[in-house]
Amino acid sequence: MRAMVYRGPYKVRVEEKDIPPIEHPNDAIVKVTMAAICGSDLHLYHGMMPDTRVGMTFGHEFIGVVERVGSSVEHLKPGDRVMVPFNIFCGSCYFCVRGLYSNCHNVNANATAIGGIYGYSHTCGGYDGGQAEYVRVPFADVGPSIIPDWMDDEDALLLTDALPTGYFGAQLGDIDEGDTVVVFGAGPVGLFAAKSSWLMGAGRVIVIDHLDYRLEKARSFAHAEAFNFTEFEDIVVHLKKTTDYLGADVVIDAVGAEADGNFTQHVTSAKLKLQGGSPVALNWAIDSVRKGGTVSVMGAYGPMFSAVKFGDAMNKGLTLRMNQCPVKRQWPRLFEHIQNGYLKPSDIVTHRLPLEHIAEGYHMFSAKLDDCIKPIIVPGAAT
Amino acid sequence: MPYTAGEPRRTVPEEVRARIPGWGADLDPHNRPAFPRERFDPDATGAHWEFPDRQEEKWPRERSIEHKFLTPVFGTATPPRGLSGVIRRLAYRRYSEGRAAHWLLLLAGDRVDAVESHLRSLGSMRPDDPITESGVLSERRRRPIRSRFGRGRADVSHMWLDPVIIVGPWLLAGWLVFSLVKRFAGRRPV
Repeated sequence: MRAMVYRGPYKVRVEEKDIPPIEHPNDAIVKVTMAAICGSDLHLYHGMMPDTRVGMTFGHEFIGVVERVGSSVEHLKPGDRVMVPFNIFCGSCYFCVRGLYSNCHNVNANATAIGGIYGYSHTCGGYDGGQAEYVRVPFADVGPSIIPDWMDDEDALLLTDALPTGYFGAQLGDIDEGDTVVVFGAGPVGLFAAKSSWLMGAGRVIVIDHLDYRLEKARSFAHAEAFNFTEFEDIVVHLKKTTDYLGADVVIDAVGAEADGNFTQHVTSAKLKLQGGSPVALNWAIDSVRKGGTVSVMGAYGPMFSAVKFGDAMNKGLTLRMNQCPVKRQWPRLFEHIQNGYLKPSDIVTHRLPLEHIAEGYHMFSAKLDDCIKPIIVPGAAT
Repeated sequence: MPYTAGEPRRTVPEEVRARIPGWGADLDPHNRPAFPRERFDPDATGAHWEFPDRQEEKWPRERSIEHKFLTPVFGTATPPRGLSGVIRRLAYRRYSEGRAAHWLLLLAGDRVDAVESHLRSLGSMRPDDPITESGVLSERRRRPIRSRFGRGRADVSHMWLDPVIIVGPWLLAGWLVFSLVKRFAGRRPV
């Protein structure tokens, strides 16, 4: 089969690999029909995530058709069109039975601090991902769901991570009616977090980024006020001023490890890998939320320590909430929102590429070229 | 005004509701799918086992020492090999996830892996090609100037570092090979 393969920092190519075998009785092999490149794939691409091995196939956002199933699979059969949440989870451990699917204890031998994720380094279990023609899907009776007939493929694809994660970020903010919500980061997850904040009753939604085309999307797609932080000497002061010197009730960090806005922080984290991520956005979140407010974090950070302003968080009496999104828990409600017309996830897709052009896709997304917000990969498409 | 006890100026819900499709649909936390944060519900997941069957271990699979045992299911992509494999196995065998040494060794293993893999590729039918693999050939089709300049992007301040990081190691390796060849070629036979 053809698959994207990591060749070292900033280098990927498409190679011939063996079709993955059934390794466990509850595995399925899924023929991928559509995959996406996620902003957090860029952390791998840039060599930031420990134990990212040359030869690995990335891709935790994908949908496809079941090709084969293991002997104990009861709920899926070959030919089923499925959407697969980015979390790999067993459904039976202490954490899964409490709904914490992203914290499953039975699928990641390499670490206990994070669950299993497709194509996301050995720190997340060492599973190959879906930027390929075929992918192994463990616990096929637990993770995947059949795509409803009424749902578009691209909507289903965005339901495997970006939309639920954005929605989850808003949910972690414990938004109350009329709250002012600030979202740092106008990438796909930030856009969905902003959009979801309205569903939860926000009175005001403000999005911060440095890329004008993404800020424009925040205005048009997410109905948000949008500010470019490079136009202000100090974005925190601006946010204080615009909230009557109170600060936002809720701030959502949808940026994660590779935040710009501070050269030193960026170089020590993204370039020198001495921190688990550049905490610029997170520190801005702590600074710009009001005392007693809530900071929600679902931007992805690495496992190394980061220089976070914890003293300010403590002294301001903040609630900090964060996690990888337990995607499947979000699906039923998000299906309703899509059917009601409240959400149209595929509206953020800007580029569609054949798998053979994936090096181009990574470079374009990483370098923020061509007003790229969300690139989608279609295996088997004509080049 | 936080200097007095009054509520700050709030948006009137009716105004927002008219403007935003679905405004307030999940205002009640009970409508939010991950509320409450933890809810014991073993029947909700689709699992039909108390403890999953164990996947066959085809090689000594590295694992965190914070686990009691090898998890019943694990990834099989890219087993450790070469010097990078030695470094990675050491990181897993010796240090918990709480230790910086664990992660720093793994990052060191990644860099060694990249070098080893490039060298290995030179002996294969398909050596690494830093030009095509970096995707840089797509630049001309993706508005390289208009995308980057005159738009106030914050990342322009460190953009110059990227070519150094991407191309630098290749130039360094080329210079090393060239120097070695020159040194040995320049030696007179004894």
